[in-house]
Amino acid sequence: MRGWQLASFALFFGLWELAGRWPVSAAFPPFSAAFLALVEMLRDGSLLKAYLITLQPLALGIVLCAVAGIGFGIGMGLSRSVEWLSLPIFIILQAAPMAAIIPLITYVYGIGLTSKVLAVIMLAAPVIVMNSYKGIRNTPPSLLQMCRSFQGTRRQEVMKIVLPHAAGLIFTGLRLGLAMGFIGIVIAELLITPTGIGDLITYNSSVADYPKMFAAIASIVALAASALYLLERLERRWFP
Amino acid sequence: MRMLLSLVVWFVLWEIVGQMKFSSIVPPFSAVIEAGIEILPTEKFAKAAIISLRSFGLGMALALAIGIPLGVAMARVKGVGRLLGMWVNIFVSAPISALVPILMAVIGIGETTVVVTVFLFAVFVITLDTQVGITHADRSLVEMARSFGATRRQLYSKVLLLSALPEILAGVRLGAIRGVKGVVIGQLLVAIIGVGELFETYSNNFLMEEFWALVLIVFLFAFAVSEAIAYLERRVEYYAAAR
Amino acid sequence: MIVEVKGVRKTYDNGVEALRDVDLSFPKGQLSTLLGPSGCGKTTLLKIIAGLIPKNGGEVLVNGKAVHGPGPERAFVFQDFALLPWADVLRNVGFGLELRGVERKKRDEVARKYIAEVGLKGFEHRYPAQLSGGMRQRVGLARALTVDADIILMDEPFSSVDEQTRRKFQEDLLDLLRHHQKTVIFVTHSIEEAAYLSDQIALLSPRPGRVSKIVRPAVDRSKSPDEIRRDRGYLDTVDEIWGILRQYV
Repeated sequence: MRGWQLASFALFFGLWELAGRWPVSAAFPPFSAAFLALVEMLRDGSLLKAYLITLQPLALGIVLCAVAGIGFGIGMGLSRSVEWLSLPIFIILQAAPMAAIIPLITYVYGIGLTSKVLAVIMLAAPVIVMNSYKGIRNTPPSLLQMCRSFQGTRRQEVMKIVLPHAAGLIFTGLRLGLAMGFIGIVIAELLITPTGIGDLITYNSSVADYPKMFAAIASIVALAASALYLLERLERRWFP
Repeated sequence: MRMLLSLVVWFVLWEIVGQMKFSSIVPPFSAVIEAGIEILPTEKFAKAAIISLRSFGLGMALALAIGIPLGVAMARVKGVGRLLGMWVNIFVSAPISALVPILMAVIGIGETTVVVTVFLFAVFVITLDTQVGITHADRSLVEMARSFGATRRQLYSKVLLLSALPEILAGVRLGAIRGVKGVVIGQLLVAIIGVGELFETYSNNFLMEEFWALVLIVFLFAFAVSEAIAYLERRVEYYAAAR
Repeated sequence: MIVEVKGVRKTYDNGVEALRDVDLSFPKGQLSTLLGPSGCGKTTLLKIIAGLIPKNGGEVLVNGKAVHGPGPERAFVFQDFALLPWADVLRNVGFGLELRGVERKKRDEVARKYIAEVGLKGFEHRYPAQLSGGMRQRVGLARALTVDADIILMDEPFSSVDEQTRRKFQEDLLDLLRHHQKTVIFVTHSIEEAAYLSDQIALLSPRPGRVSKIVRPAVDRSKSPDEIRRDRGYLDTVDEIWGILRQYV
């Protein structure tokens, strides 16, 4: 597999280099230029500083989402009345373009950390809740009957069967939630006020330093991809 | 659909919260509905809707035209799958909105950028699901068709694509939902056309009733598109259930 | 009679009548089988006796007392094994005791004993995914034995394993039951299996399920397993049952 992966990288970056040298647009730098810009931003610390700012609301939002979202999703799975009230809402929220509401948050909460954390939560919560809910609901009926045949109480049923079984999907929900969180923080930084990575992107765009702009964008895409890849490996190891 | 009744509870709650003026950004539900009815027939809305639908349609058409064949190629041609697989997987969950500034810089500020945004949002999940669908297509069906002398073309049209249809439709549905998000985000960032512009205008001028009405309209549209495709999926599923 | 079924009726939610006025008695210490084609309600009846699904009429008496739900005197062995995929064999076998609050050391001790009895010694720390179908069902059986119930209810326990494993299983089951005085109520659709294992066979006719006949195989069980399968009584029983059941197919 190693060989193919290297070829894959080479193909992508090779095409990028060629496309950059093609005189179609001045705004599209070749890969080499972007790479050099990345190195420079790493060296002068601007990239690191930007991420320290950007990752704060992301981490905060995801942690809050995880605790509240998983709890709520489990509640939805275990209680028919909670399910009845919340399921249609979350189904709609999953399909809805939440980005439209993000500018509105700034009116109430300003342009600071709170708004950005809220943006992350708004995008990540639906998928975390829905996956936790599905994990609970999809417990194999055969296992539940088995528990009942040994006269297990409802509490034992939940603690020893439903929850352990749901753990896999809950973790998947967290992984997908993190993906949505990245999307949320990027949108927030591009729409609300540019800070951190968003700032690097918009600033360099405005001064036409396209290699740096591309480098910043590539870095966040790469960061998101790596984080998600790690989580997927963990998921496959823990929940075969 | 008992579930839908719970939405009524939420609307009532919304009405109460709005009437009590808890927050300046939450008008009563009835006022939102009124505003919605008012803006729907206006020329301004019609123009915005047409531009947005056009971008959505073009972007989705491109995503289907490229995504499905690409997914098929990735499933059937060994090298293609191995080379592109990693990138498709990366971009399926990546924050694609980060790429929009690039599009704006290279293509400019206008409808084309939005079309490309929609395309980028939708194409990766369509490609991935198509690839999965074709890969998991019933092998025994393929063998059977071959044993009766099916040509390659017949194999694809009569067996493979039909066998993979449930997964392909699932991918298209997810792609459509993302496409709507693409239109909204693209237009919000570009800020001068379509519903994105309307959202800007309403929120800048604090026209909260109109703003929420537009939110509901867009949400309803996304939901309708999703359900329409889900309906197709269900029709297709029962014949595939024999697998 | 340790278990008595009187006038049991069951109709599903969709209106299909599954069982109508079923009367049966199960002698203590014997292996009784419910046999019939698919749709005759045998699994439904077994689950009603187990207390896992409700009935619409009639009563089930265990040791003379009416029962309405699961109880410690009855243990169930599932057709699809129903093992916890995230627990090893040791924990799975001890699960019944775990639910009763028996402490870890004691349950592991009891579990190990029955794991060895069903022939899985050495596999205590394997996971279900690492076991074959036959082995998984042995785990299910061991689990039912650990709770020391007088009555073991088995729902087509060997239908998900291959023919060779199945035969071995049947022989091992008879062997095991010789050492433990249990009453077994067994569901199967295989005539040979019923004739081989049972002291009493209740034939059920389908749609709606009713008892059509009770057969007591005249099989000399002192013979070796292979000899039994050629025993006159065994073969006659098989023919007799097929003669009755073929009209329902």
